[in-house]
Amino acid sequence: MDKIIQVRHLRKVFGANEVLKDINFSVSKGEVVCIIGASGSGKSTLLRCLNLLEYPTSGEILYHGHNILEHNMSNSVYRAKLGMVFQQFNLFNNLSVLDNCVVGQVKVLKKDVKSARKTAMEYLELVGMSQFIKARPNQISGGQKQRVAIARALSMEPEALLFDEPTSALDPELVGEVLKVMKNLAKSGLTMLVVTHEMGFAREVANRVVFMDSGVIVEDDVPEVIFNNPANERTRVFLRRVLEE
Amino acid sequence: MTWVYYIFENNWPLFLMGARNTLIISLTGTIIGFAIGILIGIIRTIPIDQNTRLPARIVFETVNSLLLCYIEVFRGTPMIVQAMVVFYGAAMLYNIHLSPIPAGIFIVSINTGAYMAEIVRGGILSVDKGQFEAAHSIGMTHAQTMANIVLPQAVRNILPATSNEFVINIKDTSVLSVISVTELFFMSKSVAGINYRYFEVFLITCIIYFIMTFTVTRILRYLEVRLDGPSAFTIHGSQTVPEAEFRIVGRDR
Repeated sequence: MDKIIQVRHLRKVFGANEVLKDINFSVSKGEVVCIIGASGSGKSTLLRCLNLLEYPTSGEILYHGHNILEHNMSNSVYRAKLGMVFQQFNLFNNLSVLDNCVVGQVKVLKKDVKSARKTAMEYLELVGMSQFIKARPNQISGGQKQRVAIARALSMEPEALLFDEPTSALDPELVGEVLKVMKNLAKSGLTMLVVTHEMGFAREVANRVVFMDSGVIVEDDVPEVIFNNPANERTRVFLRRVLEE
Repeated sequence: MTWVYYIFENNWPLFLMGARNTLIISLTGTIIGFAIGILIGIIRTIPIDQNTRLPARIVFETVNSLLLCYIEVFRGTPMIVQAMVVFYGAAMLYNIHLSPIPAGIFIVSINTGAYMAEIVRGGILSVDKGQFEAAHSIGMTHAQTMANIVLPQAVRNILPATSNEFVINIKDTSVLSVISVTELFFMSKSVAGINYRYFEVFLITCIIYFIMTFTVTRILRYLEVRLDGPSAFTIHGSQTVPEAEFRIVGRDR
């Protein structure tokens, strides 16, 4: 299978704190990979390293076989290929919903405004936010913001979409609308890498589930194995604690 | 009180000229100072990390310390002294004889620039880190992020501080009378000298200053509200047709 991202021996150190220790894994085209694990296990840091929002201390990140940590590829070109959806939405507060989805296409992909608007409208339609195009981010709810954030990332037509706990900052009754959009995206064949605490979503949608604990990948398998018959004791303890809640 | 009417009736062209010069100097000075501040604020917030190459880092550090010197010197000395040093220094050291009003504009600009540099830097730092991350995540460079996302928000955030600077400038141009700039305070002194009526003349001066500063604060406050837009968003008409009619309600400030 065509591997979009391959991570080899990735390490990330913050001061004396080794957050990621020798991470090896890959994401292939069309896969939906969920990363689960306790807070502080390094899930988000791994995702942020993939997008170079954090710069890895050592190791390799291969994008279609090319190491992006060598200086022959511009960070911004690479980042535009991977969409990112944040826990805190991070919509551009000075722009309308539509312009949030247009600005990147125009400035980074150098598309003309008209076709950028058309693309933006398609994706806003997809997430059910097309009637809010003129609203400002501070005028809509958290679930709506996150759906716009997804449309913004999709508007760049990335090869893969990274989700960093997309529902963790939402009120419980708003989680459903965002998960629904994500399920539809997964069905459409989009490559997704999702850091999540939503075990139901991981079980139902993921092709593979990665369990992380204190900076290492403990287990990387299909959801049936992870959830029903995990090989590792740490995975078992974590899942028992989470699913009992 | 009859003296107040009398003096105003007979000398209003002088007051008007003084007020006009005060406004010209403080407005131009604030605008140029704002531009200086934006420029320095942008330069001082350029991110430098372990991936920045060494020559670039050296250039940045040098420029940064020069800018810091400028900021500290002009914030740390009184404008009245700066005016004397610049005006007489230019004449003595370089044989440049500045005419008072351009000299006044120059001094107010660089003085405001020093203050605005720190205000703008604070405004940029006050923009949520997530805004930078989101912009970077869709592939924007630092320059694109600043121009399209961060600066518009930073400028909005520093508008109150800017209007503060403008008001301070309107009042503080009065110190330029020491280099005989014909602004409002200087003109008032002349009028008072002609009539030997200090209280009445400066009562009028006081009122004119207040009218100017009050008007400026109101205008800038209006601008802030306009920039913020309404706080609520309501859809009227079709929920499915994107071109449906929009009406925005709920202006709460």
